Amino acid sequence: MSQESVGLKKYLLTLVLVVLTVFILVGGFIFLQRMQDYKVLMTFFAVIWGLGSVALLFYVLNSVAEIFPRKIRGVMVAFVFAGPAVILLFWALLLPTLRSLRLSFLDATGSKFVFLDNYKFAFTDPIMLESFRNNLLWMFFGTLTCVTLGILIAVLADKSKYEKVFKSLIFMPMAISFVGAGVIWKFIYAYKGEGINITEIGLLNAIVTSFGGEAQAWLLIPFWNNFFLIIIMVWLQTGYSMVIISSAIKSIPESINEAARVDGANAFIIFFKVTIPYIMPTIITVTTTILIFSLKLFDIVRVMTGGNFGTNVIANEFYIRQFTYGNSGQASAIAIVLLIVIVPVLAYNLREFMGRKVLK
Amino acid sequence: MSQHKKEKKISLPKFFIGLTLVIIVLMWTIPTFGILVTSFRDSTDIYGSGWWTVLPHKDMVKTDEFELPADTDPNSSITIEGTTASFDEWREGIYVSADRQLRWYGNKRSRKIEAFEEKWIGFGANLTLANYRDVLSAGNVTYEDAQGNTISRQGSNFGDAVLNSLAVTIPATIIPILIAAFAAYAFAWMEFPGRRPMFIMIVALLVVPLQIALIPILRDFTNWGLYGTFVSMWLAHTSFGLPLAIYLLYNYISTLPRDIFESAYLDGATPFVTFVRLVLPLSIPALAAFSIFQFLWVWNDYLVALIFLGDRNRVVTSALAAMVGEKGQDWHLLTSGAFLSMILPLAVFFGLQRFFVRGLMAGSIKG
Repeated sequence: MSQESVGLKKYLLTLVLVVLTVFILVGGFIFLQRMQDYKVLMTFFAVIWGLGSVALLFYVLNSVAEIFPRKIRGVMVAFVFAGPAVILLFWALLLPTLRSLRLSFLDATGSKFVFLDNYKFAFTDPIMLESFRNNLLWMFFGTLTCVTLGILIAVLADKSKYEKVFKSLIFMPMAISFVGAGVIWKFIYAYKGEGINITEIGLLNAIVTSFGGEAQAWLLIPFWNNFFLIIIMVWLQTGYSMVIISSAIKSIPESINEAARVDGANAFIIFFKVTIPYIMPTIITVTTTILIFSLKLFDIVRVMTGGNFGTNVIANEFYIRQFTYGNSGQASAIAIVLLIVIVPVLAYNLREFMGRKVLK
Repeated sequence: MSQHKKEKKISLPKFFIGLTLVIIVLMWTIPTFGILVTSFRDSTDIYGSGWWTVLPHKDMVKTDEFELPADTDPNSSITIEGTTASFDEWREGIYVSADRQLRWYGNKRSRKIEAFEEKWIGFGANLTLANYRDVLSAGNVTYEDAQGNTISRQGSNFGDAVLNSLAVTIPATIIPILIAAFAAYAFAWMEFPGRRPMFIMIVALLVVPLQIALIPILRDFTNWGLYGTFVSMWLAHTSFGLPLAIYLLYNYISTLPRDIFESAYLDGATPFVTFVRLVLPLSIPALAAFSIFQFLWVWNDYLVALIFLGDRNRVVTSALAAMVGEKGQDWHLLTSGAFLSMILPLAVFFGLQRFFVRGLMAGSIKG
């Protein structure tokens, strides 16, 4: 066979593949839309089609890229490999940032330019000010408690025989959704109302009444209800800070502790003068992560109070503005504010990354 | 270390450390345990007593009831079994002897007295699977409340929600891994224009809050007719998961030894073959770490599902949240629903904890 006909065959084969792929992608999608009533079957098909078409797409794009002459083939293949990810990120995160920025200067329906009105709302509206205050409570008390408890448990568990079991159980809530955790804690805070000889079925009220106190509707107590919500985040996130900090503690060379002990330091001095300074970078990382997390917190407040009774937070107000009031201008302005607050962390990450000299 | 000397005795600090840890662990597990127990209790029992009463405890048990003669005047003091007290006092309950308490039941006209005695109750639980049956069902469910009234509700159709969650989560876990692995390999071992700026973009996107992207993407989905479909969820979760996935996998793949790529090249393997035959198998630890991370994230996500699926194809988190709104006091349904939503992530978590922790360490900052 001549060189030319081999080449021609390759082109034709690739062309057939491309057509086939498009057919599978589009056909599968239409088929999927028609199957909505057969749940089990559809779930199966959805999984196979979803995975299969992505794998196929890479294979076909790669075949197309390999047709190119040797000189540019390397670059083409690289584009095929990195391309889908970069395109998705561009469409789903980079471009939306600009689009949200634009929307934030437009009115509720995105048709009229209103300049800074939405930002004026974001920074002066009473409901926004309340949300900012609450987010500060979350960021300060939530993060502080998570990190402190995380350090405490990590240090204590390190000295225990049953470390694995303890850590595993405290870490467990990480696997639970915020909505699930919401139900769990709503049940703990359950309040049956006033009356004689009422048996409280909520754990907290049962404990309070058994000590002679009075049952309360905990989530309705102004200001303090925020803390009852923050407890839920602490319950969920302490495991995270504990696990990360625990591994940092284990990386401390035993010789350092030994040297401190020889110098006559007791457990407390070792903790404050050796352990804490050594794991400081880890503590900072964990603190930053939980800070960002509590800034964007949404699910817990949404499920527990819907943001009522003085518990609103920024991310919930974002949701309310967009989906209750249909005001995309105000919602976008709130999203931009969230981004701006995070910019210092973003800048720090970038600087750190540039300093690492990867990818010359 | 000096442990040899006092091996026999449990030292005091050790004891307090153990005690503190046990208390903390109890605080961390009892809430989940509470809803697990409640989800198996009879609905009437749930409203009548706390879930902890399934454990042996001392409680006031009703022994009998009787009615006062019709001529009893509730507005003056009343004498029953030798004790005289006012109506309000009787209503609170009075001990007529050391172990017999009498309480006036209901309003003044009822004239009904209930007698209680403090008794030890063993594992008197009345366990049932009915709550799970009801919460999974899509039809009408009925149950009895504490007063014995029969209440009818539309079932929460949790069975469908679990299927929907699976249909969203499995592809939304594996697709980003595939795409990210290809990209990470390209960034780590290939030369192409724009490589560095693109990677810097990925690092920057690690912490960008999702809220910034939701409204524009929702508009696209609505325009393309994708709103409420599984495809929209896969696209959204894949994209949102990509920065972390690429970052984690890049860190791993870039440390693979250069020799293996060179020898594969000399053997005439194309980059595609090298990737499928060498890079993927060698990266399994990193792939596993990210996949568990992403699985838990997608399964437990509420915000993205709420916005892109709405009320169509509800996933477990949306179904549960809707239940909190519609049936906030139906604890037998809420607890069984909550537990159903937790079974799979808890199983994955306990089964593959090792990989999950590794993933957490590698990507401590996620947006």
